[in-house]
Amino acid sequence: MVMYGKKVMDHFMSPRNVGEIKKADGIGEVGNPVCGDMMTFYIKVKDNKLEDVKFKTFGCGAAIAVSSMVSEIAKGKTIDQALKITNKDVADKLGGLPKNKLHCSNLGADALHKAIENYIEKQKNKK
Amino acid sequence: MAEEKIFFDNASTTRIDDRVLKEMEPYLKQQYGNPSSLHDYSEKPKKAIEEAREQAAGLVGADAEEIYFTSCGTESNNFALWGLARAYRDKGNHIISSATEHLSILNPLKELQKEGWKVSLVPVDKYGFINPEDIKKEITGKTVLVSVMHANNEVGTIQKIKEISKITREKNILLHCDGMAAAGIIPVDVSQLGTDSYSFSSQQMYGPKGAAALYVRKRVRIKPLLLGGTQEKGRRAGTENVAAIAGFGRACELAVNEMDSNIKAISKLRDNLMEGISSKIKNVKLNGHPVKRTPGNVHISFKFIEGESILLMLNLEGIAAASGSSCTSQALKSSHVLLAMGLSPTMAQGSILFSLGKYNTQKEVDRVLKVLPPIIDRLRKMSPLYKEQKKT
Repeated sequence: MVMYGKKVMDHFMSPRNVGEIKKADGIGEVGNPVCGDMMTFYIKVKDNKLEDVKFKTFGCGAAIAVSSMVSEIAKGKTIDQALKITNKDVADKLGGLPKNKLHCSNLGADALHKAIENYIEKQKNKK
Repeated sequence: MAEEKIFFDNASTTRIDDRVLKEMEPYLKQQYGNPSSLHDYSEKPKKAIEEAREQAAGLVGADAEEIYFTSCGTESNNFALWGLARAYRDKGNHIISSATEHLSILNPLKELQKEGWKVSLVPVDKYGFINPEDIKKEITGKTVLVSVMHANNEVGTIQKIKEISKITREKNILLHCDGMAAAGIIPVDVSQLGTDSYSFSSQQMYGPKGAAALYVRKRVRIKPLLLGGTQEKGRRAGTENVAAIAGFGRACELAVNEMDSNIKAISKLRDNLMEGISSKIKNVKLNGHPVKRTPGNVHISFKFIEGESILLMLNLEGIAAASGSSCTSQALKSSHVLLAMGLSPTMAQGSILFSLGKYNTQKEVDRVLKVLPPIIDRLRKMSPLYKEQKKT
């Protein structure tokens, strides 16, 4: 289909880091099936770095490609670096997304940030 | 990928029949005259249009003089609604239609509302059927027109038009029927159906794009949408698209001659595809009525996943289909038809329409049945909804 670029199709067809992390340090979820897309991110944190990032996504080609790209960018980054990733960065790295998909499907960074917030929250509770 | 492409999207349009193309050719080449001219150049184009009118009339059981050619199905539906509403404005200001109509009905109705018309949309049941009694209940002294589609373009549900026309006749109200997803596909007889107008289109029946028709029963008044010359008895001005109309006529004729064999062959493929999907893939739901549906329509929801992703993967396998998912529409809205039938948003998102036609084969059905299960499986494994389901 003509609507998506090469990079998007690559991440859609061979998504990186699909799955769940058992005993994840943080879990973040955005969207709902009503609006079309839903993403769940799982993170494993070690020495303030995202040692592992995995996701599960219900949604269109863009939503799956976005999730995959976010996981790829975030892996190995420090918490602070990961929190600076924006949805726009993700779309840019994918070589752009169709205009009408920019808002509904480009939620990957939000989902990742939620997972990080969840992690931070858990750490506070531990103390 | 190397295998041949499969077109299972015949509800959106159809491949032109070679015999139709042959019919059109002269009017794109040497017979380029304007049918309205007086000189010799007009003779054959004019004849071609009148022959096509006979053929189109033959398809729907009308008289040739009751057929008006237009440029597309949308124009035919707009023509019917605006034309009848304006011609009968003195009789009232109320139109009844249904929730699952095509946008070429629903959107003109919205505009008519701005001009003072009242519009009532009756609901449908889980199969997409209108209950004729619901129409009866909506009728007031001001009701002028009822507009109901013959077959639904998404889920293939065939409405009980005869029962509806019994009511409209009794109450002396006009009935327009959108036949885009029915004419050329299932038998149509406007007298038997009892409709006052009926729209149908060339591109749904192996004809070219750019031609459609509106049947308007004799003695029914209608105002033109396009004003200009006296083409189509002044009811549709504009130089005729001769080649497309000639092709449309031939397509109508072929549809009449080959209807029975097409229905038989296509229904068989449809049933095989439906049964194959149900037996090979769990958590699927057939949308529309199991039996009272158009011959080529297989509309299925795959639980836990989204339609655009399925379409993308099918497309990479060379298979063309459609979906009612919001992600596949430019407006980013799920199909209003599926929602009106009471489907949950998730099930509407996961819907796929395979629409089969006369050029499809069992071999193609077999390949789709081979390729589809791993695609569904792969997407489900990525879906957060699937996991939740497994737990319970």
